Amino acid sequence: MSRIHVTARVNGDKVEFLCDPRETLLDVLRDNLGLTGTKEGCGTGDCGACSVTVDGRLICSCLMLGAEAEGKEIGTVEGIANGEELHPLQVKFIEHAALQCGICTPGILVAAKNLLEHNPAPSETEVRYWLAGNLCRCTGYDKIIRAVLDTAAEIRAAN
Amino acid sequence: MRYHRPETFEEAVRLAAGAPGVTRFLLGGTDVLVQLRSGMVTPDVMIDLKGIPGISKVMRTEDGGWCIGAAVPGSKLGANADLVADWPGVVEGIELVGSTQIQSRATLTGNLCNASPAADGVPGLVAASATATVVGPHGSRIARVEDIPTGPGSTSLEPGEVISGINLPRRGENGGDAYLRFIPRSEMDIAVVGCAVNLRLDGDAVVEARVVLGAVAPTVLVLPDAAELLVGTALGEGELEKLAAAASAACKPISDKRGTIEFRTEVAGVLAKRAAKIAYSRAKG
Amino acid sequence: MAFDKLNSSDFKYIGTRPDRPDGVDKVTGRANYGADAYAAGMLHGAMVRSPHAHARIIRIDGSRALALAGVKAVVTRADFAEDVEGEYWNVLDNVMAGERALYHGHAVAAVAATSSLIAREAVALVDVEYEVLPHVTDVDEAMQPDAPVIREGQVSTSVPAGLSPNVVGYYEHGHGDLDAGFAEADLIIERHFTVEAAHQGYIEPHACLAQLGPDGRGELWCCTQGQWFDQKFCAALLGIETSALKVTASEIGGGFGGKTTQFIEPVALALSRKTNRPVKVVMNRSEVFKASGPTSSSSMDVKIGMTNDGRISAAQGTYRLQGGAFPGAWAMLTAQCAFAPYQINHVKTTGYDVMCNRPKVAAYRAPGSPIAAFSTESVIDELCNRLRLDPMEVRLKNAAREGTRSSYGPIYPKIGLVDCLEAAKAHPHWTSPLKEGHGRGISCGFWFNFGMETSVNLMLSEDGSIQITVGTPDIGGSRASIALMAAEELGIPYENIRVNIADTASLGFNEMSHGSRVTFACGLATVEAARDATDKLCARAAAKWGISEEAVKWRDGCAIPAGSNAGEFDPLPIEEIAGRMGRTGGPISGHHSVTPDGAGPSFAVHIVDSEVDPETGKTEITRYTVVQDAGRAIHPSYVEGQYQGGAAQGIGWALNEEYIYDEQGRLQNDGFLDYRIPVASDLPMIDTVIVETPNPGHPYGVRGVGETSICPPLAAIANSVSNAAGVRLTHLPMSPPRILKAMKERLG
Repeated sequence: MSRIHVTARVNGDKVEFLCDPRETLLDVLRDNLGLTGTKEGCGTGDCGACSVTVDGRLICSCLMLGAEAEGKEIGTVEGIANGEELHPLQVKFIEHAALQCGICTPGILVAAKNLLEHNPAPSETEVRYWLAGNLCRCTGYDKIIRAVLDTAAEIRAAN
Repeated sequence: MRYHRPETFEEAVRLAAGAPGVTRFLLGGTDVLVQLRSGMVTPDVMIDLKGIPGISKVMRTEDGGWCIGAAVPGSKLGANADLVADWPGVVEGIELVGSTQIQSRATLTGNLCNASPAADGVPGLVAASATATVVGPHGSRIARVEDIPTGPGSTSLEPGEVISGINLPRRGENGGDAYLRFIPRSEMDIAVVGCAVNLRLDGDAVVEARVVLGAVAPTVLVLPDAAELLVGTALGEGELEKLAAAASAACKPISDKRGTIEFRTEVAGVLAKRAAKIAYSRAKG
Repeated sequence: MAFDKLNSSDFKYIGTRPDRPDGVDKVTGRANYGADAYAAGMLHGAMVRSPHAHARIIRIDGSRALALAGVKAVVTRADFAEDVEGEYWNVLDNVMAGERALYHGHAVAAVAATSSLIAREAVALVDVEYEVLPHVTDVDEAMQPDAPVIREGQVSTSVPAGLSPNVVGYYEHGHGDLDAGFAEADLIIERHFTVEAAHQGYIEPHACLAQLGPDGRGELWCCTQGQWFDQKFCAALLGIETSALKVTASEIGGGFGGKTTQFIEPVALALSRKTNRPVKVVMNRSEVFKASGPTSSSSMDVKIGMTNDGRISAAQGTYRLQGGAFPGAWAMLTAQCAFAPYQINHVKTTGYDVMCNRPKVAAYRAPGSPIAAFSTESVIDELCNRLRLDPMEVRLKNAAREGTRSSYGPIYPKIGLVDCLEAAKAHPHWTSPLKEGHGRGISCGFWFNFGMETSVNLMLSEDGSIQITVGTPDIGGSRASIALMAAEELGIPYENIRVNIADTASLGFNEMSHGSRVTFACGLATVEAARDATDKLCARAAAKWGISEEAVKWRDGCAIPAGSNAGEFDPLPIEEIAGRMGRTGGPISGHHSVTPDGAGPSFAVHIVDSEVDPETGKTEITRYTVVQDAGRAIHPSYVEGQYQGGAAQGIGWALNEEYIYDEQGRLQNDGFLDYRIPVASDLPMIDTVIVETPNPGHPYGVRGVGETSICPPLAAIANSVSNAAGVRLTHLPMSPPRILKAMKERLG
């Protein structure tokens, strides 16, 4: 089985990897690049734990082949903080206790950050529908939604 | 599995025609990769079409219709205000597929070629009398969208044939379409029943109608008789009840993990009524 | 046990909401979960699973798999210990089938290969020859005398004669004289209820990394609720000594009871032993649904008599629960919980544990109690409607309180049900008008809560900061609550305390993170370990000051003279004692090991509004309020989180979540697409009220909060939906087809 050489950028850094054509971007991120912050919850695009951005668009990395990443800019949870400075969403998630077990948290943060980049003033309903593809089994979503809305308000106030 | 990324449709067709074993075309991958991962389908050749120039474009045609490239994802259709103004029912069909994440990848063409009876993207296209441009070893042809799926998981496409884009006719004046589906949750489910209605009015009266059901038969059902009930009316309660009864009567559903025969039959009528009302109000403008 | 802070309101740290200690790890992707471990030379394991619900295994041939390049081993039942008994045998037979595959997805073999892709290919190359046997997946059918028999010889001695050998457990609880009690009633209602099986639905699939060498010593990394149980079960199944295996609990991506047993871990160890290489096994989601712990499905009959003024005069319930292909359904707990919230003079419950061709059930958040509440509270609601009584007042009238003899036996100590009902009654949700076409429902819920074996170490560093070692995996913020209790007791800042989760080699035995026990038991042990340490700190101060140890006490992080007679000395802060401890008697640490009783039952009351689409039967939950007794809320945000999470899981189970089998006994919905857990857009905000009726069994009054929150929702939602739809719904989940059918039948 011949492997495919891929060059891409992950969280701003140039990366090169060889992947089996059957390997997903999620496989590559975790097993090949050591970026295990992106989680596999289902492998079928139903849970959102593997959410990443590709050229600014939110996707499930389990539903994209590693080979498709050629030339793409990929964003993962590891790239959300700016050096030692946490992203406001990360701060608010801790402050609001918007996580319990934390397994869905990386995907939700990636998705929520992408939402706020598209829509700095989402309504509660918009947040809920944007995050409908990110399953959380612990929280009942209440504190997650509040954390996202609070972050959006804070970012708007700061600007 | 071999992975190819051709740069022209001709190359894609050549690769597909010459490939041994099982070939799959890759657009958004939201069905193909699930099938690959679960072992349902293990392709020998995967042909990624997204490297073909223009395949991810939405264009208005010279006659005022639309051409939607095969690789255009749902979110891009939803962001096209002119397209949404013309064909809201078509766009809401594909936009109902999956999550925000899925919307970044899933395409109308993929939804059509996956040939699921429950495909949300298809009833709206069929109600709109959309066509597909099919490229194959012997050149290209135009096919009606409703003729593409022939049963669950199967299509009328010949080996080596691939859809390059989907064509919507000119919307014209006083037209409106709508798509509704029933799912148990608010998001993330496969349609238990789907219904698209496309109308054209003259004043208050319906002059053209198409009613299409999804998920109640092996392929979408076009209901000319039910549509005919609407023509000449202003969609009063009486006509809507007749429409509902006709839609329910036309269903040929199965009972499965998503719904029973009785439920699908009943809800098909409910959705037909509701979709017709929305299409009517859109047509009124 | 000193209960000095039981009624204190002047806490400094308890009740505050600091950031959780592991927060940054979990928002940056740094936290390592089950599948995040890698080892040099690691192989990937994958399971071969039965496509049949019930089949004799004629032959397993791994030769084609072994011939594939990169495949290193195939294991079957023959690679495990032979002489295991009791629950060890049940776990072994579930982990790897013996003579027969007992359910669709039952593991029959496993492979190890150099990549997960090769391992997956190899699974398809393992040839298994089956003889398909008759199967049964329905609990009522499995009880019939002519049902296919899952396994002979499992029946406990308490089971009455004449039933199918699939009925393996029988339980009776209650007191009084039912005939007399029903004779007092003005209205008696009896109903049959059915609840389909649900899955815990944790987002992290089971995952582990195992190494077991030729010397019989091994290490295991896995996502688990209880590493000591993985240690003893894996060791027994592999035939090695318990202490030869070290188990490290990874961060855990949800459990809800489902990670209290073993699935892939013993298999990974067997593959490692056979190859002498580390082996990683990660379940996919389909495997999680097919072969890891769902709940029981159940069939129940409940009969309740009520007087015109709303007194429950008698109650009777029969509960039949299937536990999959093994003993261990929790019919006993259902029978115990069914009428636990109420003071009833004449009450009797009967439970049956039944086997059928489904996966072995695992605990799911208050196992057995949610379905009990569903059946009881549905009948109470119907009685209230028929007798035109206020459902809140009726529950208040009958509520159990301190001194009540519970329906399952014990006399209640101080409990908070009445406080919860009063709080619910006063809540604006309860007093708000109901919108046209909406329905409102309420329910009480009960859970025992547990204590169980617990060990805690507390170590003082030279700078005065503290490391606490606990054995309970942090499944939802327990590091924060443990650190808060230690901060309170030691009088030092929360930030100066680090809580670590021990591996099995680093601390004495601990029960699992289950039974709502962690904040109660681990917290109690932490408080006692802190007191052990402060006694020693005070002794160092006494030695320095030349006064007796009794003359020194600990306050606000300092040793101080206990009274004016002790002499005048400046407070001696912890960091000063710590800096000199090597020279003043040696390192200082505290320890406590305990099996505490007195966990203290907890109760909850939920209020739910819903709207049902009359044409489609689709339900929307429009408002939800949880009122629950926490005893004492250590970190209120995480208490609220438990309340909201339990409510959300209950909403899922009530409306859409169910295991669906086809006629061949194959699971039809083995993914999150068709096993429909609630998504963000399905739910409203979930309002919470924390009632604090301190538990006399804990130094700060803590009661467990994790499980009680899932006890009322099924019933509260069923009552709400029934009131909205105008028809009583007795089959969960209340999926749209079921609701629409019931509404149409009512209309004839």
